[in-house]
Amino acid sequence: MSVAPPLLAVEGLTKSYGGIHAVRGVSFSLRAGEILALIGPNGAGKSTCFDMLNGQNRPDSGHVRLLGEEITGRKPREVWRLGVGRTFQITATFATMTVRENVQVALISHGKQLFNLFGSAPKFDRPEAGRLLELVGMGGYADRPCGELAYGDLKRLELAVALANQPKLLLMDEPTAGMAPRERVELMRLTARIAREKSIGVLFTEHDMDVVFEHADRILVLNRGTLIAEGSPAEVRGNPQVQAVYLGEGLVYDSRHREGAST
Amino acid sequence: MAFYVVQFLTGLASAASLFLVASGLSIIFGVTRIVNFAHGAFYMIGAYIAFTLTERLSGTFGFWGGIVLAALAVAVIGVIVEMVLLRRIYHAPELFQLLATFGLTLMVEDLVVLIWGPDDLVGRRAPGFRGAIDFFGQNIPSYDLFLIVLGPVVLGILWLLFQRTRWGVLVRAATQDRDMVAALGVNQKWLFTSVFAVGVFLAALGGALQIPRDAVHHAMDLRIIVEVFVVVVIGGLGSIVGAFVAAVLVSELNAFGILIFPKISIILVFLVMAVVLIVRPWGLFGKPEAAARKTPGLTVNPWRPLTSSERLMALAALVIAAMLPLFAGNYLLTVASEIAIFVIFAVSLHFLMSVGGLASFGHAAYFGLGAYGIAFLAKMAGLPMIVCLLLGPLLGCMGAAVFGFFAVQLSGVYFAMLTLAFAQIVWSIAFQWVNVTGGDNGILGLWPSSWAASPSRFYWLALGVAALVTVALRAMVFSPFGYALRATRDSGLRSEAVGIDAKRIQWTAFVISGTTAGIGGALFAYLKGSVFPDNLGISLSVDALVMVLLGGVETVSGAVIGAIVYKALNIWLVSQTDLSKLVLGGFIMLIVVVFPKGIVGMLEMLAQRRKKASPPGSPLLAKPIESAE
Repeated sequence: MSVAPPLLAVEGLTKSYGGIHAVRGVSFSLRAGEILALIGPNGAGKSTCFDMLNGQNRPDSGHVRLLGEEITGRKPREVWRLGVGRTFQITATFATMTVRENVQVALISHGKQLFNLFGSAPKFDRPEAGRLLELVGMGGYADRPCGELAYGDLKRLELAVALANQPKLLLMDEPTAGMAPRERVELMRLTARIAREKSIGVLFTEHDMDVVFEHADRILVLNRGTLIAEGSPAEVRGNPQVQAVYLGEGLVYDSRHREGAST
Repeated sequence: MAFYVVQFLTGLASAASLFLVASGLSIIFGVTRIVNFAHGAFYMIGAYIAFTLTERLSGTFGFWGGIVLAALAVAVIGVIVEMVLLRRIYHAPELFQLLATFGLTLMVEDLVVLIWGPDDLVGRRAPGFRGAIDFFGQNIPSYDLFLIVLGPVVLGILWLLFQRTRWGVLVRAATQDRDMVAALGVNQKWLFTSVFAVGVFLAALGGALQIPRDAVHHAMDLRIIVEVFVVVVIGGLGSIVGAFVAAVLVSELNAFGILIFPKISIILVFLVMAVVLIVRPWGLFGKPEAAARKTPGLTVNPWRPLTSSERLMALAALVIAAMLPLFAGNYLLTVASEIAIFVIFAVSLHFLMSVGGLASFGHAAYFGLGAYGIAFLAKMAGLPMIVCLLLGPLLGCMGAAVFGFFAVQLSGVYFAMLTLAFAQIVWSIAFQWVNVTGGDNGILGLWPSSWAASPSRFYWLALGVAALVTVALRAMVFSPFGYALRATRDSGLRSEAVGIDAKRIQWTAFVISGTTAGIGGALFAYLKGSVFPDNLGISLSVDALVMVLLGGVETVSGAVIGAIVYKALNIWLVSQTDLSKLVLGGFIMLIVVVFPKGIVGMLEMLAQRRKKASPPGSPLLAKPIESAE
């Protein structure tokens, strides 16, 4: 290994609300092209943790570094400019605009043309918008109003928007929540393929363990604000502490369970 | 010292009525999300009916019974309005409800004159509270003392109603999340109707209780509605305690403002409101508003630039409009010039409101600033018209830059209220700074240079500028900036996540919009040959809103059509009938109920339907089936 800094380095991240420690001393790192899952039961601090990575939320203490550069406490839009794309648990898109226009907004922002008053936005970088939409399998939907899309398609659109600034890192908060089982698998395969091809690091939170164990290179397990385990899917699955946390919810992960779940 | 105490008590007494009206507005908004512009009208009807009843009924019971009966009667009117009008438009865009209640206000203004005549009516004194009490040589009317006690009593009753009754619990729940309340099986229709009835009852009671203190007249609705907006915003929408505290605060500011700053007494209240909104955007006792749930399946026709054939049609319309001087007389040309100027005004608001999602309730401020800019340059600096026209709108631009900076920190109803407050501040300055602005007398004698003096030349000038402005703003809608602006309107979260600084984008849009309005105001000053504080008054701001909404707030070209229809109708009605407000108000309500998407929105919908009817099995239908399997 070289001494080059990792894509994302998180160190001692801490946040409390009143007397509740939502996140306590979380540290981890992420390499380019690696797919890292952040899991844990409800209320474990996943979303809080996530929001602190791109400036949606401010940590009490700790550091977030992107390629060695300190980004702790920066605004989300600044973090985005440094090459971090983000999708949301509940999709956030521009509902009155078409699918292509949604992507074009991100491209306009990436091209620093936001204050261009007299250019033509409908013609703005159509080829790139088209490529991004093709990439996520939405090429045929470019002219559809975004408000008409099915939920799974909105998730794919969000992915295209998040990829518009050629990010180094993708943050995906429950990327497959609310989707049909088959759609989940498709979306994660797509994400994984794009991540490998473009060497993008992906950090995602997820409740669906099938998705997690199939696609993650590495898994972080969060419980009550602290990391209780970290490792490959196999290691995490065999970890007694993780099993204890999850057995409380009555879930068992093995191949039999998985086949049962996808019918 | 005694004098100040008396002044303080007078303030408290005024607060009682204000609190009643404001709490009613607040309750209605909290549950139905309707900003009830007609609240002042209900207050006024309450006063008029109470006047009649207390005149007819005799004795102590007659007076107090008359007051309560009046409030009940108005509450019944309120129920009818809610069932016949508002129920039809709960799902229309938020501002449409405002437009409908504004139409109602217009109608009521004419109706009360029709029924009670145009003169001020002085009501009976309250039995038992006729005299005054001596307080260290100062007189306090005993009725004031009654009102001072009444305010907290009503607050207490409302508190009990909301904390201790089942109905109150439902109202509080609906204020927090009305969709959830509906999902729990509560009959929303009747909840809304009853809430509206209670709110209207409070407004009418407030009006009825005023008759021993103040003359009843047909303009009291607008005066109270502005004050009530201020109270509700300072106190926090949906908070009764907030309404009480703010009513006291505002009344005291009025009472003492006159003593301490006689010149700027009007401004004082609005300054306090502006400060409160900036420091605590949701009011002193309000809570930050949760994002409203979007109705699923709510789609807007995607905006697109005009096709080349549509461009030709627009050009043809412009050419035809330009030929008007060939066959129209001077009067008609003056009217047409005014319409062209209002197109500029409407288009400027449309850019902010439809494209940016920021509904300014005080857009006349920038229109009027442009007009005053002309007046200063032409009368004081003596500059020629062409220079004035270029520089005058800059005053609107500067006003928009200063106020816009603060206003874009807020959104939604609070943005609307803050812009209203700013407009009132500008109006007050124009009204009270007599040395510079001439106050109520305005600035007269602004005539165009000879090259634009004849009605036909001035018309061409106005038409040309209107066309230019419309084209420029339309181009901006489809510019990268326009996309960014729409993005901030559609999703603040997503636009921030793709690197857009929403506040800066919105501020820029505000300045562009304000400057454009200033251009309209500049031309207006030359058209009328004079400038008055009315040029930045509330009714002009409301005109702008109505024009945009009438055309269709979700369309790109609605503002142009809305301005032409509304202004032409307005001018024509004023010339034809004394009851122009009645007809106009009725027309507005009809439009709202029958064409909730506005004139252009309706035309687009019809065109869309025709298109959709033809290709069977369109991909739109195929998709949901595919994903459902």
